[in-house]
Amino acid sequence: MNRKTTSLFGAAIALALALTACGGTGDGAGTKSTSPASSSNTDATIGIGSLYEPQNLDNTAGGGQGVTEAFNGNVYEGLFRLTDDGKVENLLAKDYKVGSDGLTYTFTLRDGVKFHSGDPLTSADVKYSIEKVTADGSQSARKSSFAVIKKIETPDDHTVTVTLSSKSISFVYNLSYIWIINDQAKNLATTEDGTGPYKLGTWKRGASLTLDRFPGYWGTAATNKQVVFHYYTDATALNNALLTNAVDVVTSEQSPDALAQFANNANYKVNNGHSTTKLLLAFNDRKAPFDKPLVRKAVTSAIDNKKLLNSIWGEYGTLIGSMVPPTDPWYEDLTKVNPYDLNLAKKQLADAGYPSGFSFTLDTPNYDPHPTAATFIKSELAKVGITVKINVITADEWYTKVYKNRDFAATMQEHVNDRDVVWYGDPEFYWGYDNPQVTAWVKQAEESDTAEAQTELLKKVNQQIAADAASDWLYLYPQIVVASSKLSGYPLNGLNSQFYAYGIKKA
Amino acid sequence: MTTYLLRRMAFLVISLLLASTVLFLLLRLLPGDPANSLLSVGASPEQIAAARHQIGSDRPLPEQFVTWLGQMATFDLGTSFISTLPVGPEIASRLVVTVPLTLLAFLLAVVVAVPVGFVAAHRSNRWYGPLLNGVSQLGIAVPVFWVGMLLIAAFALYFHILPAGGFPQDDWTNPGDALTSLVLPVVTIALVMSASLIRYVRSATVDVLDSDYLRTFRALGSSFTMAMWRHGLRNAAVPVVSILGIELATTFLGAVVVESVFALPGLGSMLAKAIAQHDYPIVQGVLFVSTFGVLVIGFIADLVQRLIDPRLRGTLSRSAR
Repeated sequence: MNRKTTSLFGAAIALALALTACGGTGDGAGTKSTSPASSSNTDATIGIGSLYEPQNLDNTAGGGQGVTEAFNGNVYEGLFRLTDDGKVENLLAKDYKVGSDGLTYTFTLRDGVKFHSGDPLTSADVKYSIEKVTADGSQSARKSSFAVIKKIETPDDHTVTVTLSSKSISFVYNLSYIWIINDQAKNLATTEDGTGPYKLGTWKRGASLTLDRFPGYWGTAATNKQVVFHYYTDATALNNALLTNAVDVVTSEQSPDALAQFANNANYKVNNGHSTTKLLLAFNDRKAPFDKPLVRKAVTSAIDNKKLLNSIWGEYGTLIGSMVPPTDPWYEDLTKVNPYDLNLAKKQLADAGYPSGFSFTLDTPNYDPHPTAATFIKSELAKVGITVKINVITADEWYTKVYKNRDFAATMQEHVNDRDVVWYGDPEFYWGYDNPQVTAWVKQAEESDTAEAQTELLKKVNQQIAADAASDWLYLYPQIVVASSKLSGYPLNGLNSQFYAYGIKKA
Repeated sequence: MTTYLLRRMAFLVISLLLASTVLFLLLRLLPGDPANSLLSVGASPEQIAAARHQIGSDRPLPEQFVTWLGQMATFDLGTSFISTLPVGPEIASRLVVTVPLTLLAFLLAVVVAVPVGFVAAHRSNRWYGPLLNGVSQLGIAVPVFWVGMLLIAAFALYFHILPAGGFPQDDWTNPGDALTSLVLPVVTIALVMSASLIRYVRSATVDVLDSDYLRTFRALGSSFTMAMWRHGLRNAAVPVVSILGIELATTFLGAVVVESVFALPGLGSMLAKAIAQHDYPIVQGVLFVSTFGVLVIGFIADLVQRLIDPRLRGTLSRSAR
């Protein structure tokens, strides 16, 4: 059974795709400018506080967001790494060539790379690792991106040749998400065998995960001896841990109210980085009344996104007006396409045949910020005569009801990934936006010869979905890393939940 | 007594089996699919099917039940759907936190509640008797997480003398550290638990103080202390012990809120997470162990009551014959 998967991959509730590598191999873009690094201690242990414990340690078996945060770039490395500005950098691949047909990729592997078990890196490991992602039972969120792979060959220990069935300009970028794992490794859900600067120490379920500096690392050694991820289920408990120095840094602050106590304290630094997590009011574009673009536009114009963002995140966060965050190459400011304008909304509703409004059910995930946002939307839409019934559901029910069965009128969801505007090119995706022109542009963009051509096409996609109000993109989350002021070299953007720890220094 | 023990044992095994079976069925009635926890937004129909197959939720219910029953018969609690780890050791790793937490809180609550409850009853005519009673009423009304947050604010954030939460990574290798991290959670649970215990101790004491036998004993010339020691304590202890059993059992799993506030890797938080993820083997395993614990605690409470009160011993050995 080798059917080609059709759905485009995407946003994730529980998963995280790595995006930006911050900090390079230690002192790159992510490093704080106010660095007290001169007196740093290379034997330091860094305590990292997080709300995202891994479900297991295998990112092709439902490990989720937590394992990406802890392992991406720290324990496992890819052939490529993404830098802070979204560019692809060679990592385990020394270099690569693309054939004149654009279909054959030849990768040369770096010499002297060892896995934590001591085995050397060979082309067979790379083949194994890619096939692990594309395998039948794989739960990798990137699986469908690699449906274009026709065959993988290993002419010698240092060379991997991949042949594609159609051109894919994102192929190398996508490869940065594939962990290179020793093909002899066993029990990957509970152990690891990667090539990264750290190896797994202990994983105490429900509490912490320890990474120890790997002495045999091929590259620049980590600037600290050990990092310990401490896991919390309660944001207040996490903040208390930071206040009492039980942890040195919080990867992603999720309680806006707590920020003041750190912002006004010289012992801490609150860093406002870039995020790719978008909060969507996603309509079911297949079904009335949201099958009419005019209705969707009216709803979008009736909600004051600025006020919503402000009430949830205060001064933090960004309005984007589309699916593309500023860190994607094809970003442009589209917040004016469907401006907040009650009169416009009323006129559009009348033109669409709903002069006195209508009523719909909003399937709302039961965790923050969705219930708060849903209540806000309800009161906003009441002003133009639309009645919202809020139906609170669990993440699990969301999957079954909305995602699988598409049994919804409108829903709310966070979409965490970068470069995920391409889902609007898949009419089969849960929101059911079906515009053949957009589908064609997305396909052409992927088969472009140059990044410029790809960017140009995806800009058109973005403009079109905004013009059609395919969804209402409420706002872009802030990415807030709070750290002890003794710390430097930590990633600021931590986009898509990854958190490179090897450059962190403690004074 | 032996017959009594055997009967209690049989009762324990049958209760466990019944409880587990009901649990197995109830869990499957919950809406949702455990496979969803393994997926990300963007999963294709093939991936959804593969996840269901991997954890076996695509198989018919009777088949799942038989598999599970077979495992139970060999004391195999199975492996987690999500982490793929065996459930038994996972639970054991949480018990090293939960058992000391519960027992210490319990002991502290008893040490506080018994004298306070006694004084509240004995000195109900002085100003501090009703005061103690009132304070304990207040204690029942206060939510446990709030007590925890107040203690953290005071002792961890302000005075910096105790950690705000967490448990040592190496468990009890360094008992001092482990105990230090348990101080605030233990006090939190004990405060709330003793509030209700005080009320039971107080009313049991009031009953004894009003009793005819105590008055008679005093009339025969015994001192109050002697009368309480010989007759009062025993009689007051019987109802209190049965309440103690229930309180202890409740705390065993009910510590989930405290575990979350103090970031403790205990059994309660494990259960809460497993329920959210539909990780049935973990849920069943935890509830199996806790049902077992609760039944054993009930058993011990029964036994203690019989040791205290010879009249109960008499009735049961007769009925056992």
